[in-house]
Amino acid sequence: MNAELDQYPPVDNPGSPLPELEVEGHRSEGRFEHVLRAGHFAVTSEIAPPDSADAEQVYERARLFDGVCDAINATDGSGANCHMSSVAVCALLSHVGYSPILQISCRDKNRIAIQGDVLGAAAMGVCNVLALSGDDVSAGDHPEAKPVFDLDSVSLLTTIKTMRDESRFLSGRKLDKAPRVFAGSTINPFVPPVESRVRQLHKKINAGAEFIQTQYCFDMPVMREMMQRAVDMGLTEKAYILAGVGTLASAKTARWLRSNVPGVHIPDEIIARLEGAKNQKAEGQKICVELMQQCKEIEGISGVHVMAYRQEQFVAQMVEESGVLDGRRAWAPSDL
Amino acid sequence: MYRLRRFATRHARAYEVVYNASSPLILRLLRGLNKVFGTRLDTPITWLEAKAKGALFDCQMCGNCVLSSTGMTCPMNCPKTIRNGPCGGVRANGNCEVKPDMKCVWVEAWSGSQRMKHSQEIELVQFAPNHQHKGSSAWIRLSKENAQAKLKSSSSSEAQQ
Ligand code: SF4
Repeated sequence: MNAELDQYPPVDNPGSPLPELEVEGHRSEGRFEHVLRAGHFAVTSEIAPPDSADAEQVYERARLFDGVCDAINATDGSGANCHMSSVAVCALLSHVGYSPILQISCRDKNRIAIQGDVLGAAAMGVCNVLALSGDDVSAGDHPEAKPVFDLDSVSLLTTIKTMRDESRFLSGRKLDKAPRVFAGSTINPFVPPVESRVRQLHKKINAGAEFIQTQYCFDMPVMREMMQRAVDMGLTEKAYILAGVGTLASAKTARWLRSNVPGVHIPDEIIARLEGAKNQKAEGQKICVELMQQCKEIEGISGVHVMAYRQEQFVAQMVEESGVLDGRRAWAPSDL
Repeated sequence: MYRLRRFATRHARAYEVVYNASSPLILRLLRGLNKVFGTRLDTPITWLEAKAKGALFDCQMCGNCVLSSTGMTCPMNCPKTIRNGPCGGVRANGNCEVKPDMKCVWVEAWSGSQRMKHSQEIELVQFAPNHQHKGSSAWIRLSKENAQAKLKSSSSSEAQQ
């Protein structure tokens, strides 16, 4: 199917980003960037870092995505809840050859800590970074914490770009070796008005985002409209857009998500469809498969990001069923 | 104050005109005052700026004013102090995810910017503020920077001659 991607060189050093692919014009040596630039439809998913000091738990969660995910996001205190750090999760994953995406939220760290993390992560083989503003502390399990928000996601992208392309810190101090990372950010296509969404997408791309993972897309007409505008503005030439898709365990979960997680937009038809189904969980997965297939048909969309919190074990099956990988097997360390 | 702030956004065009016209005047006045009084007036000027911009824009005196590129909405009122917003959590009704009773600062900013002549300014990337300037007067800083820039350009043109 794609010989170039399937024939990775054998591994000598398990600590390096496996396998290293130095390609001219690439920002990083990572596979995720490689898959996108090679024109494949990419699939990513995310790991909820464990509440544990056990590395094996990280690997257990990652293995669920073997063969179907080109990269795995490690969330950074998502929902402002405390878990194992995303840098640590990414280091563990890189160590055995996975291709993780380091999520950096601006909520917990100032520019000094963040720049240090970018360098450290790159040194440990992390090739992808996702810049986020982050949920407010009030949403999580430590509402009494001090919110930092020294940077915002766009300033963070500027920071990463400065370090990578100019080989210096924000202060101007030189780096001996610049972090070679592929930088991305997120967008929520469902914040009205659509016009402002596209312009913000543009702003993030200007700041240095080369891949974008969107918030949950359940409303295809809105998604199509935004993508149409993005294509018209030439934005999809500058960044790869991965549409966020998710599974809903039941109509009740969907309603809860819609009213309790700001920014999540679920149309009534989807909820009605879940409610009418005999097996709501299976129906939720079926919807997710259909969404992936629909996203693949939209011009300008380069992949999907599957969010299946607490349903991670079904991701592989759903991706296979959808056929979005066109028979390609995403590389995993178990293939060695 | 919140009502006045929203008023500023709704009348962003008028505010823009007044702001753009008065800013150079204020800066010139400050340069003059600085020549005569040195830095002795800095404290009362800072107080005045805090009161004036506080009343009009709910200004938080971050000392890195970007009002003209944020639809005349002070981004420091965003609970996450986002300068290139909004975040992904804006509610369906346009309100803030953190403060459900407040309109998202950035939804306001976009609508304010649409009414402004220089509406495209909102698309400029605004880097995070310099926290050393917090609580200080953006007016005084700008007037000093302007004076320095003038000095530089005049000395460099002299050098050219
Ligand atoms: S919803 Fe708007 S005001 Fe609230 S935190 Fe997000 S960007 Fe800031």
